[in-house]
Amino acid sequence: MIASIDDKDRIFTNIYGFQDWGVEGAMKRGDWDNTKDLMVRGQDQIIEDIKASGLRGRGGAGFPTGMKWSFMPKEQKPGKPSFLLINADESEPGSCKDREILRHDPHKLLEGALIAGFAMRARAAYIYIRGEFIREAENLFAAVEQAYAKGFLGKNAAGSGYDFDVFVHRGAGAYICGEETAQIESLEGKKGQPRLKPPFPAGVGLYGCPTTVNNVESIAVVPTILRRGAAWFAGIGREKNQGTKLFQISGHVNTPTVVEEAMGISFRELIEKHAGGIRGGWDNLLAVIPGGSSVPLVPAAQIMDAPMDFDGLRDVGSGLGTAAVIVMDKSTDIVRAISRISYFYKHESCGQCTPCREGTGWMWRVMERLRSGEAEMHEIDLLQQVTKQVEGHSICALGDAAAWPIQGLIKHFRPEIERRISERRGEPLAVAAE
Amino acid sequence: MPILTVDGIEVEVPQGATVLQACEAAGKEIPRFCYHERLSIAGNCRMCLVEVKPGPPKPQASCALPAADKQEVFTNTPMVKHAREGMMEFLLINHPLDCPICDQGGECDLQDQSLAYGRGHTRFIENKRAVTEKYMGPIVKTVMTRCIQCTRCVRFAEEVAGVEEIGALYRGENMQITSYLEKAVTSELSGNVVDLCPVGALTSKPYAFEARPWELKKTFAIDVMDAVGTNIRLDSRGRQVLRALPRVNEDVNEEWASDKTRHAVDGLVRKRLDKPYVRKDGKLVPASWGEAFAAIKAVDAGARVAAVSGALVDCETLYAAKALLRSMGSSVLEGRDNGLSYDTSNLAAVNFNSTIAGIETADAILLIGTNVRWEAPLVNTRIRKAVKRGAKVFGIGEEIDLTYPVEWLGNDLGLLAKLPDGVTEAFGKAARPALIIGGGAMTKGQGASLALVETLGLIQDGWNGYNALHFSAARMGGLMLGYAQPNGMADVAKAAPKLVFLLGAEDVQPGVLDGSFKVYVGHHGDKGAAMADVILPGAAYSEKSGTWVNLEGRVQRGDRAVFPPGDAREDWAIFRALSEVLGHTLPFDTLDGLRAKMAEEVPALGRIGELAGYEWAPPKLDAAASGPVSYPMKDFYLTNAIARASETMQRCSAELIHGEAFAEAAE
Repeated sequence: MIASIDDKDRIFTNIYGFQDWGVEGAMKRGDWDNTKDLMVRGQDQIIEDIKASGLRGRGGAGFPTGMKWSFMPKEQKPGKPSFLLINADESEPGSCKDREILRHDPHKLLEGALIAGFAMRARAAYIYIRGEFIREAENLFAAVEQAYAKGFLGKNAAGSGYDFDVFVHRGAGAYICGEETAQIESLEGKKGQPRLKPPFPAGVGLYGCPTTVNNVESIAVVPTILRRGAAWFAGIGREKNQGTKLFQISGHVNTPTVVEEAMGISFRELIEKHAGGIRGGWDNLLAVIPGGSSVPLVPAAQIMDAPMDFDGLRDVGSGLGTAAVIVMDKSTDIVRAISRISYFYKHESCGQCTPCREGTGWMWRVMERLRSGEAEMHEIDLLQQVTKQVEGHSICALGDAAAWPIQGLIKHFRPEIERRISERRGEPLAVAAE
Repeated sequence: MPILTVDGIEVEVPQGATVLQACEAAGKEIPRFCYHERLSIAGNCRMCLVEVKPGPPKPQASCALPAADKQEVFTNTPMVKHAREGMMEFLLINHPLDCPICDQGGECDLQDQSLAYGRGHTRFIENKRAVTEKYMGPIVKTVMTRCIQCTRCVRFAEEVAGVEEIGALYRGENMQITSYLEKAVTSELSGNVVDLCPVGALTSKPYAFEARPWELKKTFAIDVMDAVGTNIRLDSRGRQVLRALPRVNEDVNEEWASDKTRHAVDGLVRKRLDKPYVRKDGKLVPASWGEAFAAIKAVDAGARVAAVSGALVDCETLYAAKALLRSMGSSVLEGRDNGLSYDTSNLAAVNFNSTIAGIETADAILLIGTNVRWEAPLVNTRIRKAVKRGAKVFGIGEEIDLTYPVEWLGNDLGLLAKLPDGVTEAFGKAARPALIIGGGAMTKGQGASLALVETLGLIQDGWNGYNALHFSAARMGGLMLGYAQPNGMADVAKAAPKLVFLLGAEDVQPGVLDGSFKVYVGHHGDKGAAMADVILPGAAYSEKSGTWVNLEGRVQRGDRAVFPPGDAREDWAIFRALSEVLGHTLPFDTLDGLRAKMAEEVPALGRIGELAGYEWAPPKLDAAASGPVSYPMKDFYLTNAIARASETMQRCSAELIHGEAFAEAAE
């Protein structure tokens, strides 16, 4: 079992905003401390170090970050500069980690942007921030200004001899613009719709130039990893699931919170130590959505002692996602909860490709009827089949994300759905296997 | 060249081909809605999913996946079947099942593919989505509830037509295709979106509820609305042509047609001349063929006879008239009834030499006094393609929107002698430089433009970049048959003929032929008929088998779709009959006989589908030119007698050129 980390191993030391978020405060906490030194080791070495640290993308898919950077071209074609695009369009229901970074520790992100951008030979970084993040965007704009004023960004950034700019762009509130290629489209001024892959952004991205899209957290942890060494980061957590992670615990716990913890910490320890336990005790736990709305729920019995990391949660049929842990106790109307998530995906589908455009609406409507019991028994199977028709057939992962929560519900809570239908009809519940 | 297998069949495809193309090469049909060969890849309908190894354990969109060496593609596995059935079901759940009242019925991709790949029943019991109609102009009728959001129309408007006026609003299941602010799409190619639409969302407004595709007789014909020679299919029922659709011809029109080509056909049944007329006491009165012929004989013109042709005439008519005149002892033939005149001693010097398909590959283009967008919309799309590939376009003339960036040099032909440095520089670097001079500028600028052949290096190995752009379908055929006097209509007037045959000539200036007895041979009661002394009713292009030569010198032949109305006859037959009355019997009794004689005289006119291949020997002309040019075409939609008779074209003109608002019927 992975042990909880000490305060000294926390990367985000101002995640609760108790100290100054500005550049002075950040420098006191060690940000922008001789950033040039981190860069002199060379671009390839930085990528090697990040690979060695085992850092996996914090945006949900968990793709190894160092490897992603290594896909960027080492030589630039004339007129085709490389770009780093930082995805701060945090819109996944349950997720609220990037927002804490953006408003309380923006300089970690900016320093990471410079180092990561340098490592992948990018000309500039764009930070695409969610439209609803008003205060967060204000802080971020101010932080960028401070960094420029201190000479940390711009020409000869941080005295490294490397020219690097950071631009902040505010989104308009579409969830799909968190998908990397839709974000690129949106940034280019078009309708936010995912692109077909291949070509991947590392080849043809923003304005047709090589682009890497990274999550805020993935970039913000980079300077600390380089300062303390890849081995330190890799020493936390389990093989292939290394490092620390911001967990966002919401729902029916006593003290909901965002906390940085070791990857692979058990669910029980995470909740007991940081969230004050489950409301009404552990016997009152019904189910948990461990990684934001797009991963399947896990019933209480399976989640309690599961390690909270990519592989541990995959083993219980779910995923770490963004580590947005949504805890639901037995007071929850679980069908309604999933139906609401279903509505979210129906509302946020971009409408470009057929399965997602048509499927999300259909699934939500059936879910609504299952919620109230106004359905036929066979419609549970119908719904399951529709989710299978959506999953894996769409251009981007939104189709999958819309299908998985429903699949999880049917897998674990089918008796509850059947009960509602029977009750509504006034029939006694059929007894299993006569 | 990757080699891959499709269902075990090994195929080799060119580098850069997609898996879908590989499947087609292997003879496997892949259903699709959004994919179209001539548009960019969208990959959004997800109908073309196939299983590919190696690859992720889910089906892949074959239209967007590059074919790679040693790939294994499967089109008939359970995974593919499941995917297709799933997509089909999704497309149909919100699609109204109103096929019985839908104009697309019978030629609908969704119908066909749901039959082939769909399930036999529905499982969807929710309410269906409904979408309000969007106004797209006088050509395109919308029933947007039927839309499956394939975005072909959006991509066509943006990529081919060059007007970014169709797009998508909203998202998810509320996504709607609409025109900008729901105004008419201001493109002369808008009708093509009707063909592109795989369902009945965009249908033809003038053709609404007219016919079912299986009732129609389909005839392959050649369009005469401009000089491009668009290959068309005329769909007729009974005695009426109901619609014109483009046929695929990569060298000419690809698979597009202009709105005039498509929708002027309703003019074929209006204002028609269906019996002969003779002018008595200043008034045209109906007569019999015998009376009309007798009136012509009574002129007793001897050799003082001339023929003036209009824009739509076929080579057979031109040849029959020419043969009659020759037997009467005259060779006063003129085809430029609108009064243009330029040197025609070398046909290559008045031809579109780089060819329509070839202009796509040009890298520097100078436009002189031509509104290509109107005069030849399908040449304009080719130039647009060239611009997308990086060609620079310069223009001399009034500034107009040609759908691509043009560097306008000014409206003065004097510029031809002193082109700005930027132009000469661009042409100096160009491997395939081209010049396009419009018919309107030929009169004043022909010599100056020919002088540029040398200066700009327009002729290179295997490339002739000197292009004249005509807009009359009869022009090149007429020139090949000698329908050109050195000074144009002025020479005809000077000859003071006693008898003039107006072969569908509408644009003769009043007064020019005042002293002559005018015989109008044509099909519409338009300007030409109004000035005639005798009217002999002829056949429109849809009513005869005819040969036309397009602006690049390509000889093309169309078939007869319907018979001429009433007493009207095919034009060549009229001349054959008249020749007997006049005592100069023509030496052919059939159309084939006429064609044999014509091919004897001008062999190129017998080589159908081929370029005439004129020898390049430009005349030495005075290179001085000055003054502004004005574009001869004032209204794209009303350029000829058929178009002027068409209600659709009149409405297009009123709405799109003159900005009249046509409110939809009040509810």
